[in-house]
Amino acid sequence: MSEPNKSEPTKAPAAANSRAATKKELPEHFKGYKHVWVFVEQERGHVHPVSWELMGAGRKLADKLKVDLAAVVIGPTGAATEQAAAEAFCYGADLAYVVADDLLTHYRNEAYTKALTDVVNTYKPEILLLGATTLGRDLAGSVATTLLTGLTADCTELDVDADGSLAATRPTFGGSLLCTIYTLNYRPQMATVRPRVMAMPDREARPAGRIINHPLGLIEDDIVTKVLSFLPDRDSAKSNLAYADVVVAGGLGLGSPENFQLVRQLASVLGAEFGCSRPLVQKGWVTSDRQIGQTGKTIRPKLYIAAGISGAIQHRVGVEGADLIVAINTDKNAPIFEFAHVGIVTDAIRLLPALTEAFRARLSPHSRDRIAS
Amino acid sequence: MHIVVCIKQVPDSAQIRVHPVTNTIMRQGVPTIINPYDLFALEAALALRDKFGGEVTVLTMGPPSAADSLRKALTFGADRAVLLTDRFFAGADTLATTYALATAVRKIGDTFGAPDIVFTGKQTIDGDTAQVGPGIAKRLGLLQLTYVARIAELDLAARSVKVERRSEGGLQVLQTRLPCLITMLEATNEIRRGTMADALRAARAEVVTWSAQVAGVEDISKCGLRGSPTIVKRVFAPSPRAEKAALVEAGDAPADALINEMFRRQPKLESELAALARGY
Repeated sequence: MSEPNKSEPTKAPAAANSRAATKKELPEHFKGYKHVWVFVEQERGHVHPVSWELMGAGRKLADKLKVDLAAVVIGPTGAATEQAAAEAFCYGADLAYVVADDLLTHYRNEAYTKALTDVVNTYKPEILLLGATTLGRDLAGSVATTLLTGLTADCTELDVDADGSLAATRPTFGGSLLCTIYTLNYRPQMATVRPRVMAMPDREARPAGRIINHPLGLIEDDIVTKVLSFLPDRDSAKSNLAYADVVVAGGLGLGSPENFQLVRQLASVLGAEFGCSRPLVQKGWVTSDRQIGQTGKTIRPKLYIAAGISGAIQHRVGVEGADLIVAINTDKNAPIFEFAHVGIVTDAIRLLPALTEAFRARLSPHSRDRIAS
Repeated sequence: MHIVVCIKQVPDSAQIRVHPVTNTIMRQGVPTIINPYDLFALEAALALRDKFGGEVTVLTMGPPSAADSLRKALTFGADRAVLLTDRFFAGADTLATTYALATAVRKIGDTFGAPDIVFTGKQTIDGDTAQVGPGIAKRLGLLQLTYVARIAELDLAARSVKVERRSEGGLQVLQTRLPCLITMLEATNEIRRGTMADALRAARAEVVTWSAQVAGVEDISKCGLRGSPTIVKRVFAPSPRAEKAALVEAGDAPADALINEMFRRQPKLESELAALARGY
């Protein structure tokens, strides 16, 4: 039961080792597959930003392959879906495939899998990218299995190599190594990418381009699963770790769950989101939606302050995109100092309250006026 | 009621080290554990069995040593354990894995009674793909409910289940029909450790072991490396960052010194932070 990922395959007999996947010539029936597609994820009228991040990555692949970049927009009929398609052009799409049907108002695996699978089978993309969100992963797993093709999860880098194959690089072994995965003899080549792993491309105001509508071909009775209601998170407006400009996080160095309050206080003064490393989630000090790293969230803030976090590779993977990484740790040999930009070797429990006060003093409107005058 | 829980024995990734010179994984002495998310799935299954009666079968695919994880699951209270092990499964990616596991679930159904629910964890901590659950569902033609936070209602007579599923910004309340496949999110309830009776039973219990042929695999070429559309071409260590952190001396006013260094490095940061602090 290994994953792309193949943990222990080394002792396979010669017969099992003769990989069909390594044949060089693409099977005839796959030769018609062209173009790069990005699945545009929208839920309750909002496009997830990971879709535009993927559009940026997809544009580069399409340019390199000299093919079109297409968006796939699936959703209810009406303004939100039309708007999502129009936005896709502003982020670099050459054309958009749209499946609009009111049965697609809420995400349901059965209907979305049908929609995406049908569009793929009809228009045959060579590469299909999706966000590694709850929706994207749910959908990608179903679609790839239906199409019997390869799917590489949580890629951190996408490229096409000399012969035009998608080279999808992802962390493996908890982030301690990277591996590059190919899907040579199957089409489309599918990959997911987490939010914030790829940079957001610039938005360019452009008129809507070519739209190809595709029917869903289902009636409500065909769909067994019903959406009864939606319970929004209580602090959903504030819980925005992946897209926060400033993040303060704590680790085991804080010593006790009570001390995690110090992280929250500094975050509050900075108007920042707070997060933590994996051990705090495993100990139950902090809920898992605040976890940063390979098994948690990837962040890309302007400022990241890590307090009492040693900086295991698992954590590093999730924060490397930050503009400025500041580390506070008592152990000067902690791995976090290997990838932080600024560090201070001291006890976070004592420094955090002082840092909170110092920031409060510097950032208050009063002190700003003083600086300005 | 019959519930099948798919688990995976994984290396405790917190304890994996990379050889500093050769950049290879040092596996020696790394303990194996049941994938933590699968324990949430097992707990959910056991709770349903306790409430509605029936049996829980745990299933894993792996080397013969994966039987250890199955025994552990038995001590936690599972009723039966099935190990799918064969050299032909080696090197499977997620697509090949779902083929083998779906075949085994079918065989479990034929042998011990058709499952009402198949559970998995939301993902494993070694592969992290979250693809195997949806893949098994698709292979078996089951409805899938992923990232389930809570099973709100189960009506066996009506063959219906209601769950709360994690999605962006909230929980989707979904209703679907049995049989279905559910992947469990981390639970809020505690995972049981089993009773003394469970431990005694587990010690005597036999782990049912199936080869590919016994499990009813029809096409061996869909298993293992041969059945995997993805191939790993290259494994390498991430390149180290060129420079280490500039260390600020913790003097009399370490907080101010640290802030000064941040602002010196990123001149725009002060005004950006001030704007954020004012709530813009």
